[in-house]
Amino acid sequence: MRRDLVRSALAVLTLTVLLGLGYPLIVTGVSQLILPHQANGELIRVDGRVVGSARIGQSFAGNPRYFQSRPSATAPADNPAATTFSNLGPNASATEREIAGNIRAYLKLEGPFLAGLHASEVPVDAADSSASGIDPDISLANARIQAHRVAAVRHLRPSAVTALIASSMDGRPLGIFGEPGVNVLELNLAVDRTGG
Amino acid sequence: MTLGGWAQIGLFVAVTLALAVPLGNYMARVYAGETVLLTRGLGGLERTVYRIVRVDATQGQSWKAYARSLLVFSLTGWLALYLILRTQTIHPLGGSAGTPFHSGGWDLTFNTVSSFVTNTNWQYYGGETTLTYFSQMVGLAVENFVSAAVGIVVAVALIRGIAARSGTSLGNFWADLIRTILYVLLPISFVAAVFLVSQGALQNLAHYVVATGPTGLRQTIAQGPVASQEAIKMLGTNGGGFFNVNSAHPFENPNGLTNFVEMVLVLVIPAGLVITYGKIVSSRRQGYAILATMLVLFVGAVTVAYAAEAHGSPAEHAAGLHTQAVSGSTGGNLEGKEQRFGIASSALFDVVTTVTSCGAVNSSLESYSGLGGTVAFANLSAGEVIFGGVGTGLYSMLLYVLLAVFIGGLMVGRTPELLGKKIDAGVVKLVSLGVLLTPLSALFSTALATATHAGRASISASATGPQGFSETFYAYLSQANNNGSAFAGYTGYVQPSAGNVGAHGVTFADLLGGATMLFARYVPILFALAVAGALVGKRVSPAGLGTMRTDNPTFVALLIGVIVLVGALTFFPALLLGPIVGALTGRVY
Repeated sequence: MRRDLVRSALAVLTLTVLLGLGYPLIVTGVSQLILPHQANGELIRVDGRVVGSARIGQSFAGNPRYFQSRPSATAPADNPAATTFSNLGPNASATEREIAGNIRAYLKLEGPFLAGLHASEVPVDAADSSASGIDPDISLANARIQAHRVAAVRHLRPSAVTALIASSMDGRPLGIFGEPGVNVLELNLAVDRTGG
Repeated sequence: MTLGGWAQIGLFVAVTLALAVPLGNYMARVYAGETVLLTRGLGGLERTVYRIVRVDATQGQSWKAYARSLLVFSLTGWLALYLILRTQTIHPLGGSAGTPFHSGGWDLTFNTVSSFVTNTNWQYYGGETTLTYFSQMVGLAVENFVSAAVGIVVAVALIRGIAARSGTSLGNFWADLIRTILYVLLPISFVAAVFLVSQGALQNLAHYVVATGPTGLRQTIAQGPVASQEAIKMLGTNGGGFFNVNSAHPFENPNGLTNFVEMVLVLVIPAGLVITYGKIVSSRRQGYAILATMLVLFVGAVTVAYAAEAHGSPAEHAAGLHTQAVSGSTGGNLEGKEQRFGIASSALFDVVTTVTSCGAVNSSLESYSGLGGTVAFANLSAGEVIFGGVGTGLYSMLLYVLLAVFIGGLMVGRTPELLGKKIDAGVVKLVSLGVLLTPLSALFSTALATATHAGRASISASATGPQGFSETFYAYLSQANNNGSAFAGYTGYVQPSAGNVGAHGVTFADLLGGATMLFARYVPILFALAVAGALVGKRVSPAGLGTMRTDNPTFVALLIGVIVLVGALTFFPALLLGPIVGALTGRVY
C-alpha cells in the first residue's frame, strides 16, 4: 500500500510534467512555427485592425446593408467569449415560439426585397439557432435570398452580389465531408470592398 | 437524407475499420512488451519514467495488487486535479484578460474532478468562462490521457486473464499504464493535434482577442491551447470540451474534415482493442465476432438517428418551417446544429460519441428530435459496449460475452466455456454484478433526482412536458456510463456572468452526479479485474464436438440478443416516460 502511494505520487508528478506541460507546449511551439495563422485563430485584419476571425460568426443584426448570421443563443448574439447551445427541446412550446419569431423577423427583413417570399421558403438555418452560437456559415439558399436585399440597399447589381457569394463559400473539404456554407463575415467584407 | 450524407457514413465505417486493424495488431505487440518502431525513439523515455516511479516493469501482479495500484493511482490523480482547480487565482498562463479566473466552488469542483478522473468529462462549467489555461493543460488534459490509459489497461488485464494458461499474474499496472501513454496515446495525439491546427483549430497561450467588426460591433474572441486538448479528448474517448459548446465550436472542430477525423479518433482505439483481443487469445475470429456485434448495433443506431433528424421536429413543423431539402439547403432539424456539419455529420457524430464513452458533442443533443434523442438514450442504455470507451468498451463487452456464453450454455445444456475455460458459478456471479451495477446506479440516481425538490431544481425552464424527465434521466444515465454528453439544459452550476465570481454550484446535482460517476467507474472495474483473477489460473480444456462456438454468426446473434435484452429490460420503463413519448407524439408542450 505504502509503495503504491509513493509510486502514485511520483507517477502523477512525472506524467503531469510530461503530458501537461511537455506535450501541449511542444504542440504550441510547432504550431506557432509552421502554422501561425491557423494557430492564432485566422484573424482577419482590415487596415491593420482586427475585424474578426474567419472561423467565428459575428452578429450584423439591425444593419440591412449586411448579410445576417444564423440565430444565436449566446448573450449578446454571436459571443465567442461565452458560447452556449439554445437547449430548446423538440417538443417544447418555447422552441416553437423561438422558431416562429425567427421566421417572422426573416420575412420582415427580406420580404420587401423579394416579392412573394413565403414562410415555407425560409431556409432551416435561418430559423433554427446554431449549436455553437457563433456559426460562421449560412446555407447557400439563405445567402441567395439575402442577396436581393443587400444588392438593393447598396445599389449593386444582383449578379455582382451573387458572384461574391460564390467566392465566399466554405466548401466541403475534399468534396465530401460536412455541408457547404457561405462564410458571412468574409462575404460582408467582400461586399464592403465593392464600395457599394 | 441525401446520397452525400450516406456516403460520409459509409466512408467513416470503412476508414475506421481499415485503421483499427493495424492499430489493434500494434497494441497487441505493445502489451506483449515487444519492441516496436517507436521503441527506438521513446524507449529511453520509458525506462526513465520506470526509474523515477521505481517500477520493475517485468514484475507481474495478481488481480488484487493490480486493482490496488489502479485505485491508489486514481485517487492520487483525483487529489492533484482538485488541488489544481481550486487554486486558479495563483496560476501562471492566466488566459482571458490577463488575470486568472477565480476557482469554482467545492461542489462544482468535486463534480468536475470526478468527471475527468473517471473518463466521463461531464461538464457543468463552461471552459472559456471559468478555467485558466493552466487548469485546462496541466489539470484536465493530463487526466484525459491518464483516465483513458486506466480504462485500456483494465481491458488488457482482462484479456490476459482469459488468455493465460497458468499462474496468477495479470501483468504490471504501472508498465501497462506508461506503455499505453507513451506508445499509443501520445504519438497519435501529437499528429492529430498538429493536423487539427492545420485545419483551423487554435493552439496558443494568448490573451482573448478583441475585434471590432465592419459594423463597429466589438467581439471578444476566446483563445487557448485547444488543439492539443482536442486530440486527446477524442482519442481517449474523454469528451470534455475546451469550450462550453464542445466540438460544435469552430476552434475545436473547424470543418467537415476535422469532424470526420475526430470521429475516427474516437472509434479507432475501441475498435482496435477488439483486434488486440483476438490476437492475444490467438483466435482472430473471436475478435471479429465481437467487432461484427458492435458494427450491427452501430449501423442500426446511425440509420435511425440520421433519418430522424432529416425529418425535423414537431416544434419546427408547428412553427410553420418546411424541413425538406431544397436547392442550397439540406433541410432537417438544424436547431442546435452547425451549418458546416449539417444533418448527416451531426447525427453520425452523435452516435459515435454516445456509443463510446466519449460524450463529445458537435450539436445540441437536447434539441434532437424525439427519435434522434432516443437513439442517444438507447446507446447509453446498451451500457457502452457498442465499441464503448477506450478499454471500458471491451471489458464491458467481454462481461456480456461471458454472460452470453453462460445463457447459451444453459439453453443447449452444456457446461459454459470461453476459449476452453469453464465459466463456473463464481465467475457468473461476478459478471452479473459487473453488468448490473452501472444501470442500477443510473436508475437510482435518476429516481432520487426526480423525486426530490433539490433534484428538480436543475431542470431548465424551457424543458416542459416529458423533456424535463428526459433531461434528468439523461444526466444520470450519462454520468453512470461515464459518457459525459448531456441534455445540456440540466444544470449544476449557476453563473450570472462570465467567471466564477458570484456563481455557485447546484450542490445536489454536483454531488449526486460526482458520486454516480465514481461508483459506476470503479466498482465495475473491480468486478472486471476480479473476473480476470478468477479466469487467469483456470485450466484450458480442449475444444470438443459439444463445445459451443463463440466465433460464429449464431453467437453474434445471441450476443446482440443478450445486450439488447439486458438494456431493454432495465431501462424500457424509464425510456417510455421521457424520450419515447417525445418520439411518438407530434404535440408541442
